[in-house]
Amino acid sequence: MVSMRCRMIRIPPSIVAGFIAKFAVATLLMAASPAAARDGRAGGKLMLTNGVTTIEGSSGGGVSTWALIAGNETVDGIGGSAHVSVILLPDYRWESHGAAIGVHDRLELSYARQNLDTRDVGAKLGIGRGYTLNQDVFGAKLRIAGDAVYGSAYLPQIAVGVQYKHNLDEPIVAAVGGRHASGTDLYVAATKLLLRQSILLGTTVRYTKANQNGLLGFGGDRGGSSTVQIGSTLGYQISRQLVVGGEYRSKPDNLGFSRENDWKTAYAAYAISKNLTATAAYVDLGSIATAERQRGGFLSLQTAF
Amino acid sequence: MLVLALLVLLQTAPVPPGEDAVAPYAMSDANAGGSPFQGAAMLAAFHGVAGIDRIVDDLVTTSQADPRIGDIFKGQDMIRLRRTLKEQFCVLLNGDCQYTGRDMTTAHKNLGIQAKDMNALVENLQAAMRHEGVAFASQNAFLAKLAPMKRDVVTR
Repeated sequence: MVSMRCRMIRIPPSIVAGFIAKFAVATLLMAASPAAARDGRAGGKLMLTNGVTTIEGSSGGGVSTWALIAGNETVDGIGGSAHVSVILLPDYRWESHGAAIGVHDRLELSYARQNLDTRDVGAKLGIGRGYTLNQDVFGAKLRIAGDAVYGSAYLPQIAVGVQYKHNLDEPIVAAVGGRHASGTDLYVAATKLLLRQSILLGTTVRYTKANQNGLLGFGGDRGGSSTVQIGSTLGYQISRQLVVGGEYRSKPDNLGFSRENDWKTAYAAYAISKNLTATAAYVDLGSIATAERQRGGFLSLQTAF
Repeated sequence: MLVLALLVLLQTAPVPPGEDAVAPYAMSDANAGGSPFQGAAMLAAFHGVAGIDRIVDDLVTTSQADPRIGDIFKGQDMIRLRRTLKEQFCVLLNGDCQYTGRDMTTAHKNLGIQAKDMNALVENLQAAMRHEGVAFASQNAFLAKLAPMKRDVVTR
């Protein structure tokens, strides 16, 4: 147990360097954007009300997608965000990065690249030690009703979305029993900040057949069609800059070679500034490709304009 | 007859010193745009009427100097705005006050306020409440009273 802890918190310098480099590039791209207007009227959303980017690139709470639209712009403009996230687990290392644009607080278009380093599990599965599974996720989300902050407390912000996931390791997908290397998730999300209680509530109903988010393909020997999965979030706003909470996300279980568990997280999202949000979380991702009890740390940095 | 009607109006709505006259309207606490909190806890959290006065003065001063929204206040009757805003906050926080201002739709008509303008004002209000030492949960509870007014305030 002690050694596991040590492995979890040991962050290799290469990861740190890669993290910083990708984030620096993203930030430079942001700074060069024309949205950085001179009159100080760029952006305009209240702090943290753009959410934090999920591992799938859509804005949400890190793991669960919310109804919020990426970027700091309101209905009066076009904003965007970029992010880098890492998850350090006992047997895996996850890294994802991507960008999103938010058009008039109505439409969100996002892209994320997911990389899962299988480390020793790769050797065990016969795909090679440190083999990294990769996936591209293209997302679109449309806000169809409500406002997460304003308006009636009884009407949440509601959005519908689609995520097209393209796994780049088709032979591995086939080897583990996955039916397809690409898949499409459809979802409806409802999110509300109950100001009276400082409580953030959200739920997402997702129609998906993705195995481990799609990194192990879509559909499998135990089931080939999409099923309805639920994600929920409950948060408390401690200050203008800080929200703490937890998320739960159910997942399909389509592969015979290894069962798949629902995901649970406890997170803290801190807005360092209007343009920079850091999220740290404890995540319990359960069993992943025969490696049990994958619990570890999630860290994400997001820049938004 | 017209003279008589004007006299009645002047008697019911005298223009306070330093303020400009506005078109006549029916006065009511309902114009404040929300139902007051129950009990005395929220008023106490805002340090009573004196705390409300300090918060509104901070809010108005900051917003007038704010490059994002300062232009909106140019040419407006700022003496009246300070007075009616203090009354509105006091009524909503269940203080012993009367709101004598206009309703939110009328008061913000033709100002062309955008969503980001309202957010900027909310940020200035949050800063003013923070300067007054109002607990964050109470700040949010008060913002919950103001949040439904967005549809009457934001017209662009």
